Formats: sequence, structure tokens, C-alpha cells
Amino acid sequence: MKKSVFLGTLAATALLAGFASAGTLEDVKARGELICGVNTGLVGFAAPDANGNWQGFDVDVCRAVAAAVLGDASKVKYVPTTGETRFTALASGEIDLLSRNTTWTFSRDVELKFTFVGVNYYDGQGFMVKKDLGVTSAKELDGATICIQTGTTTELNLADFFKSNNMSYQPVAIQTNAEGEQQYLAGACDAYTTDASGLAATRAAFADPENHVILPEIISKEPLGPVVRQGDDQWADIVRWTLNALIAAEEYGVTSANVDELAKGTQNPEINRLLGAEGNLGEMLGLDKDWAHRAIKAVGNYGEIFAAHIGESTPIGLARGLNAQWTQGGLMYSPPFR
Amino acid sequence: MSDTHAQTELFVRHEMIPPSEPPALETGAIKWLRENLFSGWLNTILTILGLLVVFGLARLFLPWFLHGVWNANSLGECREIIAQTWGPDASGACWAMIRERWNQFMFGFYPRELYWRPVLALLFLLVGLAPVLYSELSSKLVAAGAVIAALIVVLAYNYGVWLPVGMLVTIAAVSAILDARGAKWPRNLLWFSALYPAVAFWLLWGGSVWLPFVAVLGFVLGFIVMRLVSAQLGAILGASAGAVAAVLWWSFGAGPLDEALIGMTGTARPFWLQTVTSDQFGGFVLAFTIGVTGIAASLPLGILLALGRRSDMPLVKVISVGFIEFIRGVPLITLLFVASLLLNYFLPPGTNFDIILRVIIMVTLFAAAYIAEVIRGGLAALPRGQYEAAAALGLDYWKSMRLVILPQALKISIPGIVSTFIGLFKDTTLVVFVGLLDPLKGITDAVRAAIEWKGIYWEPYLFVGSIFFIVCFSMSRYSMYLENKLKREHR
Amino acid sequence: MTMVSDTPKQRFRLGMLVYDTRYRSITIQTVVGILFMAGAWWLIDNLLSNLAQLGKSPSFAFLWNRAGYDIDQTLIPYTNDDTHFRAMLVGLANTILVSVLGCIAATVLGVVVGVLRLSKNWLIGRLMTVYVEMFRNVPVLLWILVVFAVFTDVTPSPNEFRVTESMLAEGIEPKASKIVFDSVAITNRGTYIPKPLFERSLGAIHIGFMPISLNTLAILAVVLASFLGWRALLRHATRVQEETGERPTTWWKSLLVLFAPITLLLMALGFHLEIPELAGFNFKGGIRVSNAFMALWLGLTLYTAAFIAEIVRAGILAVPKGQTEAAYALGFRPTLTMRLVILPQALRVIIPPLISQFLNLTKNSSLAIAVSYMDLRGTLGGITLNQTGRELECMLLLMLIYLALSLLISSVMNVYNSFVKLKER
Repeated sequence: MKKSVFLGTLAATALLAGFASAGTLEDVKARGELICGVNTGLVGFAAPDANGNWQGFDVDVCRAVAAAVLGDASKVKYVPTTGETRFTALASGEIDLLSRNTTWTFSRDVELKFTFVGVNYYDGQGFMVKKDLGVTSAKELDGATICIQTGTTTELNLADFFKSNNMSYQPVAIQTNAEGEQQYLAGACDAYTTDASGLAATRAAFADPENHVILPEIISKEPLGPVVRQGDDQWADIVRWTLNALIAAEEYGVTSANVDELAKGTQNPEINRLLGAEGNLGEMLGLDKDWAHRAIKAVGNYGEIFAAHIGESTPIGLARGLNAQWTQGGLMYSPPFR
Repeated sequence: MSDTHAQTELFVRHEMIPPSEPPALETGAIKWLRENLFSGWLNTILTILGLLVVFGLARLFLPWFLHGVWNANSLGECREIIAQTWGPDASGACWAMIRERWNQFMFGFYPRELYWRPVLALLFLLVGLAPVLYSELSSKLVAAGAVIAALIVVLAYNYGVWLPVGMLVTIAAVSAILDARGAKWPRNLLWFSALYPAVAFWLLWGGSVWLPFVAVLGFVLGFIVMRLVSAQLGAILGASAGAVAAVLWWSFGAGPLDEALIGMTGTARPFWLQTVTSDQFGGFVLAFTIGVTGIAASLPLGILLALGRRSDMPLVKVISVGFIEFIRGVPLITLLFVASLLLNYFLPPGTNFDIILRVIIMVTLFAAAYIAEVIRGGLAALPRGQYEAAAALGLDYWKSMRLVILPQALKISIPGIVSTFIGLFKDTTLVVFVGLLDPLKGITDAVRAAIEWKGIYWEPYLFVGSIFFIVCFSMSRYSMYLENKLKREHR
Repeated sequence: MTMVSDTPKQRFRLGMLVYDTRYRSITIQTVVGILFMAGAWWLIDNLLSNLAQLGKSPSFAFLWNRAGYDIDQTLIPYTNDDTHFRAMLVGLANTILVSVLGCIAATVLGVVVGVLRLSKNWLIGRLMTVYVEMFRNVPVLLWILVVFAVFTDVTPSPNEFRVTESMLAEGIEPKASKIVFDSVAITNRGTYIPKPLFERSLGAIHIGFMPISLNTLAILAVVLASFLGWRALLRHATRVQEETGERPTTWWKSLLVLFAPITLLLMALGFHLEIPELAGFNFKGGIRVSNAFMALWLGLTLYTAAFIAEIVRAGILAVPKGQTEAAYALGFRPTLTMRLVILPQALRVIIPPLISQFLNLTKNSSLAIAVSYMDLRGTLGGITLNQTGRELECMLLLMLIYLALSLLISSVMNVYNSFVKLKER
């Protein structure tokens, strides 16, 4: 009994992450640290390097929010979450923000009571097969053995796709991307299905990427984005507008290199409002006027983040596609800052 | 017929025949072989089968093992080297991965410049264990102590931190004083064993030294109150008063004192260690942290549960039985999922505590239920006369338990308790399913996710498996040693 | 008499609640009860306020919604249009399947290893010791992962079984071939085993939603009847022996009674095996046993067998040496001594710890998560939990089912234990 009391005390005094009573913003500020739920390891999106530093596309969203709120992009504690633990971690207040390639769906938004603050990557479920299989379309996969990652929307999409095309398949459920790769490469399944970005990332890491093809069919819409708890609108606004600031920054040509220069004031009132040279947008959010400046300074604009982690110059080599700015024919469209 | 008899000469031997050599089949190696390997057709077949299995395994694994490469930066490089040295078809292990990722397997993502802290915690664990595991000073123990002290000094030198040496000197000095006052080595280190949890907590997680300090003060306070009240009002009220005092201290006294002390010393050197958060724990540091804490906490809890289950009080009994049977009826994995998914539902809204601590609590409860059953077996195996004799001596319940029943029951239960501990240590690998980086799957997957080590399967399993084997095997050997040592009836 | 009545009648004092053993237990129980209730109330209160804050209300209605996902091993009919409840049952059936097969295999292997470890054969004894120590002292998760890696990485792909015209012409053997009379194919897609089929089926009856094949029932009934008939035959022989002193020859009658009816029935039903054949990319026909199942089953078997071997060894060693000597003195051979004297006695020591090993194996089957075998945790505690977000209900149900399974196994085994227990008269 004493032992448990002792542990309880330790918990209460030392390891207690905080009381979410006031509001997430106050908690984060009081704690001096943002707790961010990320993937357990998906190269390009969120993965620790050999020294345990988290890096990736989703991680940079966390860093940007930390920079905006706390003024320091490194003040983030990353909590690796699996497909199963992520929503509970968020609902229970264990994490402040979930940035883990999570698909925005009706039931998650409404029934599970979360707020999806935006989309940072438009994805879709695809298939990867070995080239020598000779398959060129997902419609030819009748009777195939398919590896699926569980705990996501993928298994439902797959079931629907095969059903609607009146085909049969043999599912092989897998838990992590690493396991999926192992099985797929060993030939335990004909095709591997997950989000197309994940497929590209996985293929990029193969020893012989040229021998694997990603089939043209995209069988689902997977808008991925950061998620917060429902009911804390201020916090949702902060995350939403931080993401929008990154997207808008690319549109206006603000980069981590020139943001200091531009913050002094420009001809473009939109940039001035964004970077705090004009107006008081930051204060409306409960932050100071330099919030977006810090976020962009820390991680770069949306285009820079994309290029640094998953873009064409990286091993993952994803094209912008749907994720280009709306001006470039993509879907990335930030509402105006005014 | 009679002729032959008549002609037979009488013969009486005058000296003994010298003993002749036993037949070649009945001596030396051949005899041993015949008796131990080929003593019948069944045994011969078994031996041949056994030899075939050994030979087959050796042919399969030995080349792979021996072709191993220790110096390479990636799996591809390894394979190239093997192909160059042993021919294109040769297979070989890539031990270079272990060399390269050794730190990650051992420490997870613990900050590199702070590696001395978990190592020191482990060395101090050995120091703290000495008085618990061994009762007499032996030359082996002295040698082990010297080695540990030397290692601590080397550690301090390598990392340029002299705190470990200071702690070592303090321990030695306090123990020497106790030694001079009559408590002999290694008994006089018991105070350090009691203090060890606080020390280890501070070393592993860092932060201010005052937090573990005020927590320990609570125990001291509780103990003093218990002594004082017991002298006046008896053991039961004493124990209750002690517990209440400790809880009051932790709830009200500890916090302000902690803050005041931190305010005084701030982050000054000997009172402050760089904080390490739980998400940086991984690999064997994590396995040991969970395993050792679980083992230490589950034994007392298990004893209490076992006593509760055998209690005459129906309510206590029902609660104990319900708890034990529930925990034993569900897999550990579901309990871990409860810890990670549901525990927050059962705590006040907004509270949220460390996942490692949650996991430790669950693992402890799990092991405690099993230990309770083992000890219950030990209690049941004791002859009824022992209980009656203790009662006849006028000992009250706790005294009779402490002095007569438990020492004997625990002795009987040692093998069961140790195998529960071994099970607990092995089960620490399951924490990977709640997102912690255990050495077996968590770290291995992290290593495999790196482009240079993609596709490496056998080496990490072999490596992690060997370490688990060494730890668990030594634990089971120690339990056999202890069993023999405590065996009194056959002396 | 006067002495007794003279004892002063003690008036009740508050202190007696603590110091008087008559009241003390009531006091302690009251305190424990209050603490327990307070703790429980605290937890439930927290739960309710947390749920209220999240706007969730506990309900099991989600079990009747469409599941929408596929499961690769279904012992009971299931499609993705079925409910979550049915998916849970599929998972439960998978859990039970791997547990039962694991218990059987582990017992067989464990008994063999345990007995061999006591063998006088030096080499075998050592080998078995190495096996036991190796498997006991390493986490079971590792063995499951290792077996899984063996099955996915080392076994050939279905392609390697292919025999093409040109290969036949040039006399090249395919890289891999089926084993056990060309009927079992072990591939990295799974293991394909022959499937029993019937040309003439008796149809099926539906109990609830579970179709039960009448063929299976008929076979079971015949086997049971043959067995009972055989027992009656033996009893009859023993009676004749006791009356006349001569035992009638029974072996051919036994064979006839045991095997003739089942053979006839199988012939009548048109029994044949469907052998898996390579067709297209995969083997077609036969039953596909997934690698995940094989890994879990073999991993659990190898691990648990090491423990069972130790239990068996300890059980045999617990039989006093005098029993063996007495049996030898009566002229029993070693094998007969083992079968008739040692094992029946050892069994009494073996059964109770064996039960807990069976329980452990069943609970360890939840490690299916490591190889994504769709057991109860994979369906109810995995995909269902995830799709519905009902973690409280799913986990509760999951734990209750495991609890029920454990209690069921231990009660069944306890009944068996009371059968073999020493009957003291």
C-alpha cells in the first residue's frame, strides 16, 4: 500500500503532465512544452533518427505550433501513437495535438468528438505491386493476397473497393509499416495497400525501387490533417491558423530565409497582417503578434516543409500533385488573413 | 568317464591370478559411450537422431555465424563484404548492426551524454542488492564490490562527472560507520537498499534531488510516528497512524518543502540533474526500469494479497480473491491496453500521468496476483502445527506471520516467486504494443526502419534474445543457489 | 461455578474495537470496506464525469452495426456485411482454435521432452536441457516473431513450386516441392493442407447463425459409437478371462469395431481429400493456414512445451524411487514401469501446474497482435475498437470474455483433476 502511495505521489508531483481544466493553451504555456501525438515511425512523416530527434512532415506541424505558442520549436514532447492508441490519447488529454496522418472522416469528426483543423496532406489509398507480377491496374487484382495495415480507414476502403468491383481477395492484416514491408518484400502478399504517400515512402526505401510499381488507381479520399479535441475552440483556432499561416506563407512567397526581412514591413498588407507588422491577429488568437513569424522561421513555409521531408528531392520523392497551392492547380488554399 | 577323473592331477593354485584388464568394451571412453549413448536400440536411434539434429543445425547456422561481419555501415555493405570474402553464395550475419546500434538497444533515445546515469543506476542496483541477496561477506563479494567501485570511477572519469564517486564515497563512509557500530558487511548496506528506489528514480529521470528526498522523508516520518504511537497504543493503531502521517506529509508537507528547497538550490550542480522525459526511455533501460520496479513492488503486494486470501475476515478475503482471479484471468496485453487506453477514464478529468508509470503499475499488479498464488501455496504447505505453535507462544497475527510463518512459507515459495519474476522481466517486452520502445520489437523496428539496416531480421532477435537469456538464466540459477542455501532439513 | 459467574461483566468500551479480538476483525473489515467503497466510488465517479465531459455514453449498440472489414481466417461464415458482434465471434473462434491446438501440441511435445530429459542417454538429455533452458528464458514474443520470420522469409514462394514444360524437358527440379505425399505446401503465403470433402453431403442444420455440418456430426457419432463398442468388447474379454481363465483373442475384433464403421461411413459419404494445387499466382484448393497462425501456434507451442517438460520431469522425479524398484522387482520392463507405475502417480503432481500452463497459453495467444493474427483482440479489441472508438466497452467485453475463457478452462481441468486425483477410501 505504501509503495503505491509513494508511486502515486511521484506521479502527482513529478510526472503529472498537467490539468486540462483551464484550456489547452494555458496548459501548454504553463507546462512550457507542447505534447504532440505522432506516428510511431513513418519515414518522411514522423520518425525518430538515430539520436531520437523526431523529424518529418507531420512533426513540423507540431514544431510550428510550438514555435507559435511557446516561441521555441524544440519545446515539443513527441508521443508515438499507434493506430489504436491515437484517438484515446487525444481524447484523454494525454496529448495536446494529434499530427499523425489521420484521415478526416465524418464519424471521427462528429461521433468521436474531435476537431479536424485542416488538411496538411491530400492523400488517397493506393496499391503497390512488384513489377514482374505484370499487373497494371488494381482491377486486375482479383484473387490476390493483399497486405493491409489495420487500425486505419484502409481496411474499410479495401473491402468496399473489392466489393464494388465484384472481386475477391485474401487480406493479410499487418500492424506496422515495417511489418508490411517485410511481408510484401518476402512475397507473402501480392500487393501492399496503404495511403499513396506511405507507399511512395516505403518504395523509396527499398533497395530496388524500380522493380515495384504503384498502381494508378486511388481508391479513396484521404485528407490527412492535425486533430484536436472538440470543445476547446481557442486551441483549435491556434492550430488551424498556424497551419494556414504555413500554407499562406508559401502563397505569398514568405520563406524561412526571408521572413525576418519581410516581417519589418512590406508593400503587401496580407503579408504584413500575417507576420504581425500590421493589425493584431496574434492577439485575437491569444498569442502575440509574432506568432506566425516564429512558426515560419522555425520550419519554413508549407512548400519548404514539403520539399524538405517528402518532396521530389528527398528519397521519398512525392510530387506536389493535389498538395500544390491552389494557384498551381492544387487544393492547398488558405483562407485570407484579415 | 571315470578314467578322466582318475587321471586328473590335483591342482591347487598358490598365488592369485593378477587382475586382468577389463575387456576393451568395458573401459574408458568406450564404456562411457556404451552406457550413455548406445545402451539399447532405442537409445542408439535417439543418439543418432540427436547427432543428426546437432550436425544439421551446426551446418545451417555455423557458417552464417562465422561469416559474420563486424565492420560495416549498412546491410548492403555487409553483404558485399561477405560476398567478397566467402564467395557470392555465402550467407553471413551482419553483426555490424549491433556495433552500430548498440547504444540504441541499450539506452533507447536516452541523451547520449547522460548514459552514465542509467549505468550508474544499474551498478548501484548491484550494490543495493548485495545485502538482500547475500548474507555473508565472501571473497567473491569483495571482488565484485571492488569491480563495481572501479567501474564507477571509470564511468565518472569518462563522462567528466564526479557525482558518482561522491555517492560511492558517501555510501562507503556511512557503511563504515555502521560497521564500526556493529552492523557487519554486507548487512550494513541495507540502508542503501532501502534508499535505492529514490536514488534510481533521481538518476534515471533527473530533475531536482529534493523530490525523491521529500518523498523518502515521508517514509521516515511515517516510521517515526509508527514507533512512537506503537509504544503507546499498540501495533495496529501505530501502523495506521504512521500511514496517515506519511500520507498527510505527502499531500501537504512534501510539496511546499520541495519547492522551498528547489528555490534555495536551484539548478546548482550536485542538487540537480538534467531532466530526462519518459519518451526518451527505451531499449534495455526501459526493460530494466519496468522489470526491477515491478519485481520490487510486486513482492510486498503479493504477500499482502496472499495473506488477505487466507484471512478469516470474509470481506478482506473476497476482495483479495476477486482481485487475484480477475488479474490472473486476463492477458497482460489487455491490462496494458487498459493502462494506455482506459486508465485516464478512471482518474479525475484532466489528470494524466506518465505512460511508463502506468505500465509499471499494471505490470506490478499482474505479477503481484501471480506471486500471491505462489505464496498462498507456500502458506498452505506449512504444517498446521506451525500456526498453532506461533499462537501458543502468544504472538499476535503480524508477529507470528513475520517471525514464524512467512519466513518458512517464502522459503518454500522461492522457485515459484523467482519464476514469476523471470516471467515479469520477459513480459516487459509487451510494452511495445502500447507504444513504448522495448528492446525486442520497438527498437528493432526502429533500427529496421532506417534505410541502411532495412531487411535485417535474425541478428537483432539473436542479440536481444541472448541478453534476455543471460538475465533470466542467471535469475533461475540464483534461485537454485538460494534454495540449496536455505534448505535446512537435509543438512 | 461461582468463579465463572464472578467474572466481571465487561462494559463495552471504544478501545475494545481495536484491542479485543472479538471486535477487531469487524473494525478492520469496516475500515477496509469503507476504503474499498470509497476507492470504487472515486473511480466510477471519475469515469462518469470523464464520459460526460467527452459527451459519450456507454452503450453496446455498436455491436450490431455493420463491421465493414474482412478477416482472413474465418471459422464461422463471415463477410464484411456482418455485424461487429459476429466479427467478435470470429475472433473468439480464432483465439479458441489457436489455444486448443497449442495446448494439444505443447502437451505432446512437453511430455516427450520431459521424459527424454530424464533419459540415461547423455546426448539426448543435454539436448533437451538446452531446449528447455533456451525456450524458458527468452520472451515468448521473440519466439513468435522468429517463427514468423522463418515462415515469411525462409519458406519458398508459390512461384518456386512451378514446373514448366521447359523444366520438364530439361529435367530441372523446381526449387521447392510439396511434402507429405505431395499434399502439403509450405509457402510464404501460408501453408496449404488438404481439405476433407464429401461427394454426398447430408446437409447442414443451423443452430442460431452457426451452420453445423451433419457430416461432421455423423462422423463424430460413429467414432464415439465405435469407441464405446470397443470398450464393451474389452470388458467382455476381461469377463471371459476372469470366468474361464483364458482371454479370447480380441485384436482383430478391436480393429474391426474401431475402423470398419468409420471407413464404411466415409465411403458412403464419398470422402476424398482436396489437394492444394498451384494455379495462377497462388495455390488453389485445400485449406490455407496463414503464416500468422502457424507462427503463433508454433511459437506458443515451443515456448509452453518447455515449461510443460519441466513440469513433467518434476512430476516423474516426485515419484519415489522405491516405486520404480518395486516395479522392477515385479519384473516390469522400463517402458511398462513408466506406463503403469510412474506416470499414473506422476500425473497427480503434473495436472495442477499443467492447468496453469494451459491458461497461460490461452492468455499468451493474445500476442497474436505481434503477427496480426485476427484473434479476439485483433477483431474486438483491434479493428472494431478502432472503427467505433468505443474503447471502454470493447476493452470491458474483451476482458470479460478472457476471464470467462480462463474460468472455463480451469473448471474443466479441475474436473479432470478430481478424476485422476488419489481416491482415498
